[in-house]
Amino acid sequence: MTFDHWLLALHLLSAAFLVGAMVMFTVLIVAVRRIDRPAQALALAPLMRVGGVAVIVGSLGVVIFGVWLAIALDAYHVWDGWVIVALVLWAIASETGRRADPEYAKLFTKAKELQAAGQTESSAELKALGRTQQGAMLHGIASLAVLLLLVDMIWKPGA
Amino acid sequence: MMLAASRPEFPLFLHVLGATVLIGAVASGAILLLASARSEDPAYLRRLGFRTLLFGALPAYIVMRIGAEWMFSKEFGDVKDDPTWIGIGYGTADIGGLVLLVALILSGIAASKSKPGLARLAGVLVALTAVAWLVAVWAMGGKPS
Repeated sequence: MTFDHWLLALHLLSAAFLVGAMVMFTVLIVAVRRIDRPAQALALAPLMRVGGVAVIVGSLGVVIFGVWLAIALDAYHVWDGWVIVALVLWAIASETGRRADPEYAKLFTKAKELQAAGQTESSAELKALGRTQQGAMLHGIASLAVLLLLVDMIWKPGA
Repeated sequence: MMLAASRPEFPLFLHVLGATVLIGAVASGAILLLASARSEDPAYLRRLGFRTLLFGALPAYIVMRIGAEWMFSKEFGDVKDDPTWIGIGYGTADIGGLVLLVALILSGIAASKSKPGLARLAGVLVALTAVAWLVAVWAMGGKPS
């Protein structure tokens, strides 16, 4: 394996972590729309935690190894149009994903408070927090940006 | 980047999209099924884990395999000896697909009949497939000879 192959392998692994994390958050978002009890919300916390680690590893890995590849390979340059488009899409996905996170963190904070207060029955407030339009919209934009990033990486318009 | 440069784009897109969604879906399924053992609401997590595998992982696996077969027939259809990385890809896809199917059945039974042991076993199986498929992703990029 050449050094460039290692870079590509790490770039692809990072992409798998990034898309994998988006899938985890999608499962989480679909699930929290239907819950109203603190125990149900807290049961989903492991998915939120692993998804949080995966999205950091994936999003940093794709940009670091991607830019490194563009510098290392003679055929591509960092200033190529499709590379710049990829960086813009990455920035959109990162920022919207970062803004979606606190929307769902509110749900877990509330669930912990309710459980600490001994409330185990359904809560209208918890239900409303799970159905946040703002959070779903931000996650939708982040997912769309990641999908377009994949399209851009495969087709490389203008290359 | 190198991978895409010399290949038909659409099958590659299907393959990469299917594979990355598959890894996310099996990882989600594994987390939910394994977490069900320590949860206050285990039945809910078992049900959600099963549905994630059924509606997420299974369709993604089919898309990944269609993309792989399509690319293989175009690029390696006439080649007698496949490169090592193709062997790793097919090996993990075939065995992993079988394990995913077994885990899907086990998690379905665990969800409908409240069997925590089966849910844990299904969780371990899909966690192993997620690791194997990450190795396959590495092989697709690194192309070890």
